Amino acid sequence: MPKSVLLIEDEPNIIEAIGFILSRAGYQVVSHGDGTTALDAVARETPDMLILDLMLPGRGGLDILRDLRAAPSTMALPVMMLTARGQKHDRDQAESLGVSAFMTKPFSNKEVLSQVQTLIGDV
Amino acid sequence: MPKSGLTGSRIRERRQALSLRQSELARLAGISASYLNLIEHNRRKIGGKVLIQIARALGVEIATLTEGAEEALLEALREAASMSRKDTAELDRLEEFVSRFPGWARLIAAQRRRTLTQDRTIEALNDRLTHDPFLAEALHDLLSNVTAIQSTAGILMETPEIEVQWRDRFTRNIHEESSRLAEGSQALVSYFEDQVQAAETRFTTPLEALDVYLAAKGYHLPELEGADGSEQIDALVEAAPELITPQSRALARSYFEIYVGLARRLPAEAVTAFWAETPDPAALASAFGVQLSQAMQRLATLPADAVGQEFGLIVSDGAGALLFRKALDGYPVPRYGAACAIWPLYQALTHPLRAQRHTVETPPGRRFETWTVAEPVTGLQFDRAPILRASMLVALDRGGANSEAAIPIGTTCRICPRGGCAARREPSVLIE
Repeated sequence: MPKSVLLIEDEPNIIEAIGFILSRAGYQVVSHGDGTTALDAVARETPDMLILDLMLPGRGGLDILRDLRAAPSTMALPVMMLTARGQKHDRDQAESLGVSAFMTKPFSNKEVLSQVQTLIGDV
Repeated sequence: MPKSGLTGSRIRERRQALSLRQSELARLAGISASYLNLIEHNRRKIGGKVLIQIARALGVEIATLTEGAEEALLEALREAASMSRKDTAELDRLEEFVSRFPGWARLIAAQRRRTLTQDRTIEALNDRLTHDPFLAEALHDLLSNVTAIQSTAGILMETPEIEVQWRDRFTRNIHEESSRLAEGSQALVSYFEDQVQAAETRFTTPLEALDVYLAAKGYHLPELEGADGSEQIDALVEAAPELITPQSRALARSYFEIYVGLARRLPAEAVTAFWAETPDPAALASAFGVQLSQAMQRLATLPADAVGQEFGLIVSDGAGALLFRKALDGYPVPRYGAACAIWPLYQALTHPLRAQRHTVETPPGRRFETWTVAEPVTGLQFDRAPILRASMLVALDRGGANSEAAIPIGTTCRICPRGGCAARREPSVLIE
């Protein structure tokens, strides 16, 4: 059974590109575009890892990460956060909340794939 | 003969007026003639004991020798030197420099003022870059566009055998994102153009705009003397080129309303007549039934020739921020940042409603009289600390020398030459 990645991101063309790259590498990709209901999506999908954008409509990525780390079922879930350059303060905060990795926009496809493989334990 | 702005030149002028030879004055002052020669040509700094001895020998008050319009220029040049990253300015020869090259000195001071204004503009723009929600969102959108384009283009490049439907889909996505990127970039460029234009045509803060306006008017507003309505206020606000933003106009309007109120309760002629008989701000306040801070404000905004002396006025809030800064010749007020913590202004905040009078002495040895009070700006409320505002009226000390009572003060730490000061918060460029 392929490992699953939940992509919480609101930009449809980024979802499509990352979805294509990871699917071709053998992962099952599900996307969700709203911050408010992101935790419900995690509970429903029970993914092997999460790709989480920092700026989302409804609720920000940092808030979602805080709740994920507070819940026993998602405490150890690998979370890769998508951030923009210059958001050092947000990155510092995400690190203190226990993020697993960062990917800075704009990123290359190889970087995304390599990071996902590392976090999910395929390397 | 016009009076020179520099202490050494004034000593020379006074000595020549008394027909004293250099050697005679040097003997009376207990210094060598060659040393006096250097002082008179502004090639040696003078202060403390030597200045007292020379003033005594010439039969004048110290202030007569040190008072001058050039003090503000010297202060501005010291500030300019304090901002230099490399310690290259010969501060010990500052007076000589001003004496020999007054035009260059004024140019440096003017450039320093311009640099300060530009620094404030940069700071304001920087704040905007960091905290502006429009900018944060616009940059996020741009980065998302670029990310989508880069990732999608990468797929097309790295997957030569890609299915036609995927290829078409990704090509369309790139086209969409490129269009958004172009629109977003144009919006950002327009935004920055607007910001730069706004920064170039307005002062950084409303308080600063009002400050510049009042300084240009000499703080006295004859248009509002005897004004009885808002028409005069509106006309004054509309005619002020410095008051460009709605915030600065609103701030000026409230200040003008206060001015009109004070002018009504403290008529200029009555105040000047009272002051000529009783030069005491507290007595003035009591006689006219106003708060002491209001009496101080009125004194500081009347013309010096009417009231008989020049006043400076500094008003601070409880955090030490200066809300009103009318400097006095020889008693400069820092334009940005905090002032000297020893100023009686700040001591007043620790004793609300207590009127205090002090004599202070600036580093060049000039003495000033200060009257201070801290008063609540709102009515008293149970279980709430009052919001205080401190006022300090400053005038040249005319009471004669009294070295024991004078409080040694500075302007701001970076250009203060006083060593061993417990209130020092940062090193001075004037101390090795």
